[in-house]
Parts: sequence; C-alpha cells; structure tokens
Amino acid sequence: MSVLELSYMPGCTLKTKAKNFETTTLRLLELLDVQAEELPDWYCCGTTYSLASDNVINQLGPIRTLVKAKESGREELLVLCSMCYNTLRRAQELVRSDEEKRSKINEFMYDEETDFSGDEVRVVHLLTLLKEEIGFEALKQKLLKDAGDLKVAAYYGCMLLRPREIAVDPVPEHPSILEDLFAACGVESVYFPFRTECCGSYQTVNEKQVVISRTRAITESAVKNGADLIVTSCPLCYYNLDAYQPKVAEATPGFRRIPVMYVSQILALLAGLEETQDFNLHVVDPRPVLREKGLIGKDAVAAGEGE
Amino acid sequence: MNRIGVFVCHCGINIAGVVDIEAVKKAVASYPGVAFARDYTYMCSEPGQDLFRKACTSGEVDGIVVASCSPRLHEATFRHTAAEAGFNPYRVEIANIREQCTWVNSVDPQGATAKAIDIIQSLVERTRRDESLVESTIPVTKKALVIGAGIAGMMTALNITGSGYKVYLLDREPSIGGRMAQLSETFPTLDCAQCIFTPRMVEVGQNRDISLRTYCEVEEISGYVGNFTVKIRHKAAYVDWNKCTGCGMCTEKCPTKVKSEFNMLLDDRKAIYTPFPQAVPNKVIIDAENCLYFRKGRCRICEKTCSLGAVDFEQKDWFEDLEVGAIVVATGFDLYDKENIEEYRLGYSEDVIDGITFERLLSASGPTQGRLIRPSDGRVPEEIVFIACVGSRDPENHFPYCSRVCCMYTAKHAALYKHRVPQGQAYVFYMDIRSAGKNYEEFVQRAVEEDEIMYIRGRVSRMYRDDGKIVVVGADTLSGTTVEVRADMVVLAMAIRPARGLEELVKKLKIQTDANGFLAEAHPKLRPVETLSQGIFITGCAQSPKDIQDTVAQSGAAAAKVVELLSKEQLTHEPIVAFVDEEICSGCGQCEGQCTFDAIELVQRRGNPAMGIPDRTVAKVNEILCQGCGACIVTCPSGAMNQKNFRLEQVYSMIESFI
Repeated sequence: MSVLELSYMPGCTLKTKAKNFETTTLRLLELLDVQAEELPDWYCCGTTYSLASDNVINQLGPIRTLVKAKESGREELLVLCSMCYNTLRRAQELVRSDEEKRSKINEFMYDEETDFSGDEVRVVHLLTLLKEEIGFEALKQKLLKDAGDLKVAAYYGCMLLRPREIAVDPVPEHPSILEDLFAACGVESVYFPFRTECCGSYQTVNEKQVVISRTRAITESAVKNGADLIVTSCPLCYYNLDAYQPKVAEATPGFRRIPVMYVSQILALLAGLEETQDFNLHVVDPRPVLREKGLIGKDAVAAGEGE
Repeated sequence: MNRIGVFVCHCGINIAGVVDIEAVKKAVASYPGVAFARDYTYMCSEPGQDLFRKACTSGEVDGIVVASCSPRLHEATFRHTAAEAGFNPYRVEIANIREQCTWVNSVDPQGATAKAIDIIQSLVERTRRDESLVESTIPVTKKALVIGAGIAGMMTALNITGSGYKVYLLDREPSIGGRMAQLSETFPTLDCAQCIFTPRMVEVGQNRDISLRTYCEVEEISGYVGNFTVKIRHKAAYVDWNKCTGCGMCTEKCPTKVKSEFNMLLDDRKAIYTPFPQAVPNKVIIDAENCLYFRKGRCRICEKTCSLGAVDFEQKDWFEDLEVGAIVVATGFDLYDKENIEEYRLGYSEDVIDGITFERLLSASGPTQGRLIRPSDGRVPEEIVFIACVGSRDPENHFPYCSRVCCMYTAKHAALYKHRVPQGQAYVFYMDIRSAGKNYEEFVQRAVEEDEIMYIRGRVSRMYRDDGKIVVVGADTLSGTTVEVRADMVVLAMAIRPARGLEELVKKLKIQTDANGFLAEAHPKLRPVETLSQGIFITGCAQSPKDIQDTVAQSGAAAAKVVELLSKEQLTHEPIVAFVDEEICSGCGQCEGQCTFDAIELVQRRGNPAMGIPDRTVAKVNEILCQGCGACIVTCPSGAMNQKNFRLEQVYSMIESFI
C-alpha cells in the first residue's frame, strides 16, 4: 500500500491540553499508512479569525503557516484542531479572493522565501481526510474491536461548520460526517439535538457563566438521549464540556456527568491502540464506561493511569 | 428608387434644442436621392401626421425617412398612417436622432448636428433599398387549450366559453380542482373553499363547450399562433371511463391501502380510487404501482365487482392530437419540500407539517372531518407554532422572492386553530406582515387582537424533538431576546414553487421562465398574461405566487386575451422575416439549430442531371413562425441568410454612408 504523505500542523493545544487528540491521531494515521510530517516551523493560528476588515495583522500567523506548508513541497496540510482549521481556511479564502489584502499580507512575509496566493496548499481536517482520502471502509478494515452497545453523542461544535464555505460537511446545518464515520465503525450515535450548538468557546476566559450554562445544556441533552460518551474533534469544545462539568454539578442537583472524548481516541481504542491514551487528562473519567463496554481491559492500566 | 422624402421632427426642444434643424434639412436635402427635407414641431401630432399623409398620397416620393425618436415609440404610428394612405408601410423608416443623438450629446450641439445628418443619410441609404413588403395572413382555429385545471385554469376556461369559444381543459391528475380543492376556509372571509369551489367544478364539468382532458399530459406541441397542434397523452387509467359511473363499489372492495396524496398522506386511499369524493369527472383510476394485481399478478377484485365491466387491465396510454388557436398555461404551484430546511430537520416528526397539510387537517371533508388533532398521536395540540417565510425571502439559502400568500394564510391558520381550540396558544414567527389586499389588514388585526395569537417578530433558527414536544428556538427581534417554545405542533409556511414538471412543459411550449422558475410574462406591467411566444398565455401561480382573488382576476385577463385572438377571422404576420438565398446556401443547417422558433427546416431541391446539377439541401424559412430575431443570419457562414428590409446589402450601405 502506498503511503499518503502530508504536512501536519498541530497547533498549541495539541501539545498541551489536547495531547490525547494528537497521540491517538498520529498512531491511527500510521496504521492507515498516512505519513503526517509536522511542519518544522508553524505559528499560532490566532485562535479566532478576525472579522475586522482592516485587521490584516491577525492573518499573518495562519498565512505564515500556509507558506511553510507550501515550501514543504507537500500539497496538503493536515489540521486536527477546529480553531486552527477555521482560521487557516478562512485566512486562505481571504488571500484567495481579495487581491489587495493578499499583497498587503505578503509584504509582511519578511522571513518567508515565497509569497502565498491562496491555492498552493489544501488545508484538510482529520474528518475530511478520513472520509475523502482514506475512506471510512478502509478505516473499518483496520479496526479490531467491536463497540458493542456503546452509544455516543457526536458533537460538532461550530468551527468545523461555519461559515458554510469552509464546512467539513456539505450540509452544514444538518451535518452527518461524524455519525457516518461512527456508523461505518459500528458505533451507534444517539439523537443529539445540541450537536452543533456552541460550547461557549473562548468565553471560557472571561464569561465562565456562559460556558457553564452551555455545558449544562449540551451534556444534559446527550445524557437524556442515552449517550454513554460525548465525542468531539475540537480541543476547545472538549475542554469546555469536560472541565466545566464539576462546576455545573455544583449548581445543579442531580446532574449526571458524562465523559467527553476525542473522535480519534475512540477510533484508536477500536483499533486496539489502548496504550496511546492518557486518561488522566480527563476531568470526567471515561474508564468506567470504556471498561463496561469492553473497550479497555478490566484491569489493564493505560499509559499514565495510576501515576 | 431615388425619391426619398425626409421629415425632421423637433420633438419640441428635445431635438430642436440641440441640433440646428435648418442645417440638418439643408445637408439632407442635397443628399443624392432625397426629394425633399421638411420639418415640424411634433411629427407624431395630428398636424404632423397630416404633413406625412400628404407626402404619402402626393406620389412625389417612393420612400420616407422620419428623423425623430426611437422606432420603438412611433415606427408603428407612421407605418399605420402610411398604410391607411395607400403607401407601402415598409418603405417608411425611422432615423433615431433623439435617444441616440440629442439626448446623449446635448453638450455638443455642433457634433450632434453632424451626427444627426449622418444618421439620417444612413437611413436614406437603407430606405432606397427597401422592398414593398406585404404582410402574410393566417387562419385561426377557434378553440383554446388550457393546461392545468385548478382555480386558474377553470376560471380561464369558463371565461373563454362565456364568449362562445370551445376549450380543452387538461390536467395531469384524474380530477380537476387543483390546489384550491384541498383548502379548508379561505381568507379574508373564512368562507369554506368547498362551498365556493365545488359549484365551479360542477359548472366546468357540465359546460358543453369545455372538453375535459384529465389524467393527461402534454406530449408535444407544434404549429404557431392560431394553429397549434398539441399531442396529448391519455395516461392509462386501467378503467374504461366511458363505462365507469363512479359508483365506488370497486374502491370499497379493493384490499390495498395507499397513502392519500390529496390528503397529504394523512390517511389512506385505495389502489383503485378517485382522489376525493367531489372529483370531476367522477371516474376511478387504478394506481398500477400499488395495485396488487400489477404487483403480484393476482386479486382483480375490482374487475369482479364492477357490474359494468369498466375495469380494463390491458389498457395502454393513448395519444390524441388537439387543434387549437391559443394555449393558456395555468399549472399552479407546489410547496417547497421542508427537507430542504437543514436547520429544522432535527425537529421533524409527523407533527411538523406544511401549510397544505394543515389545510387538510382543518377541512371538514378532510381525514379528521375538521377535528384539529396531532397526526402522531391524535391529541389536541395545546401549543402550536406557525413559521412564516420558510424558504421565501432567503436569497442566500433558498429563494429571494416573497411567496405572497403565507402572511394571510398563516393568520387564517392561527385563527382557525383558536376557533377550534379556544384554550390553546398559537404563536406566529414572522419577518413582516404583508397584508396588502382588500380587508386583509383587518383580518390579520382581528387574528392578533380577538384571537390573541402571539405574533413574534423573528426567525426560527432551529427546532428539535424533546419528550414528545417540538422545541422551537427563535429570535424575538423586538425585545432582542431568544425565544423557546415547547410546541405540540409546528406548521411551516413553505415557499411557493412552480409545480413540478413545469421546466419540461416550458421546453415543449418554447416559452421562458424567470430566474426563480416561474413563467415569464411578455412585459411585467403592460403584458402580464402574454408570453413572448404569440398565442400562448399564462395565469395563476405558474406565473408568480398569488392568492385566489388575484388568480381569478388574472384568469379573466388571460381569457380576454384568448378571446381577442380567437375572435379574429385571420391573423396578419409582420413580413420582416428571414429569407434564404438558395443559390448560396450550402444546406449546412447551422441556422436550423440556432432558431428557437422552429422556423427553419432543411429541404431538398431537385437538381438537373442533364446539366450536371446535383440534388441539394437548402434551408427554408417558415415565414409565419419566424419572429425576425436575426439569430440565423449572424450564424450563417456563407451569408445566404438575410432579413427582409434588413438585408446585408442594406446594412453595408448604411455603414458606407458613415465612412
């Protein structure tokens, strides 16, 4: 089997809070004969795409990363984090469609050897890679375990679906890419009306109450509809939904916690790559559910557990 | 021909205020072939026409150029006067020295004067080469075809027969009636649709001048204004309608149940059925797709039941040619499919329905006899949400236009709900209230004030199911808050779309649609029921979304245009059409492909073997079908195609006069 080679931009959280997302994804991709080469020199994406039309400076980070990707000679740049995906894709669209901004941005590329015109690199999110280039069927071939009656709440958040032009799903208001992926892997997705609701995003910095109420609404909907886990691919959604549950529980009598996991964690478990995960990074421990569903050994201690 | 008369019109100061009329006259009068150059303040006025008429009858000229405004304004005026005076109208040409000269060059009077002279001289060149053309005449078949037998088609047909002409009324459904037959009460009077509509259906059914062609489709259309031949397909009903009396015995015995399309799938019909009890004609058809015999080769209970032997499983589609002079398209509308609204889909259940389905729920003749209950569990909805503008006025995601009836029928729906469920609460999410119509605004206000309907100004962003309820999440833009309603039922005022299949029909008719797929009128204000294809007229929702009132009025207008046409003994056809120089034509057929009016065909010309001249193919123009658009002429690679009085030679002479 030929090896698919692409550039990889992890972004900041993948190296810190979202380590589980990176380690499981990279091991999974190895298994799928995808070689993801981390760019030697990538920049912070800026986290949010600036909507101020004269704010060109915020676009420099993503564009510099895209220039690096272009200079690597590889056609595709893999991104895992939804925030990175959103800012990179939108900055790319800006450069592609606005000639004036393009030349202004390129004037700032002191350290880069070439300019960027918008078309040289395809920014591809993990879900798109799995769907369009690897194929859900090929992925399924690599899985060893049966998910049994595990029920997940597939959670998209906003950044992969908005605006419409960059969405990872052709029907952004009623997406199915996550559910389709799970269905192909034999995992049942529950009816989950809050799947594209905003998690509160970076309001986590200064409007914690917003995030608490969002987390409550989203997790309660998942629990009510019978999910064992919430599965997402966004590090910020993951953080808000996981880390805020104790705060929600304080204010909500009878609140039932639900573990939150990255999509790649579930896929890695199904592929038998149990050792790739550090369950200590979770606030709501997923191990009881995973043990019950037979996805981790009864007494197997995953990396980091018990340390 | 070398005696051309020139009239220069001042058009008040529109022309004379810019160009030097005397200088123009002087220059033109000395141009070769010009007999005289005269001027007048307003050539289009009666004294101006008199001057013109005298020139026509005096015998001093054999061609006339009127230098005035655009030919679109007064060419017809002058040609008409010429014809009345016995002067060939096609030897009268207009030199446009207003729109194309003085209006756009008013800052440069000297340049404008020189340009006016150039323009007039070029028209003199063209006029001296004009031929005396004669209009052709066509007979008229004094019958009309109306396609679509809803309220629009029915009223059109009744109006045409009222003037003594015969009408074929065609519908693809087994019964006439269309959408209006599905409605419960109608705004703004709340009279029952059945009460006002079924008498009209009976009237159509009994009218001797209306020949119904139901369960038929238009297959092919040929011919032209006054003389259309329409080939229609009679779809196999598997029942001999000459024998069937509509007694209903077969329907009663049929063991197969199918969801009723007429009742919007709310209840069942049989596989042999009439769409609804008041159907006209009252004849049954077999739905072969679901019939047990067609599916599995056994049953035939209907055949055994029918004492008249009307059931005929061997029946095939058959064809009929209708000869008509005029065609009216009244194909109506469908509602936009609610599946297209992505953000609502998580809320969809049997209790989220569109407006027509709600009409069936309200209708006394509907599946619940007018009892308002939820389709899912038969409970009476205590809280109900109506959403207006679903798909309409949303250019980014769906359609830019206003569907025009939703504000009114949503108010009607909410009011009728309250009349049936007084303790219930109705919410309406709206963008604006568009109630411009006689007694419309009063009707909406009554619904708001007397029926205490909660109007919320804002869009619904999403909905989802929760514990048997539908949670509707929207904005209240007047208070600036988000609103959540836990509803038992939701009714969506879906955008109105042209009826399915209109695209194919339009291709057969060779008429145009607008950007949204509705039929295009010849002129949005002055020719609202005509198309650019002569003899084909439009009415009802096929042209644009509209209510019953407007549809009935427009259908009267369409009928008047049909009657105007059919009342003529013969039609005349403008002679400025394309013609072929067969000596040059190589029979390549490129012109044939270009012609949108099917006016060109390739024909064989016998050669003369004795003289070594082989048989050859050449293009031939049907002068009646040709609209003189010129598309074939610019396509012709050899210059064999020409337009009468627009011949290449004439155009070249005009260009040369400028150089």
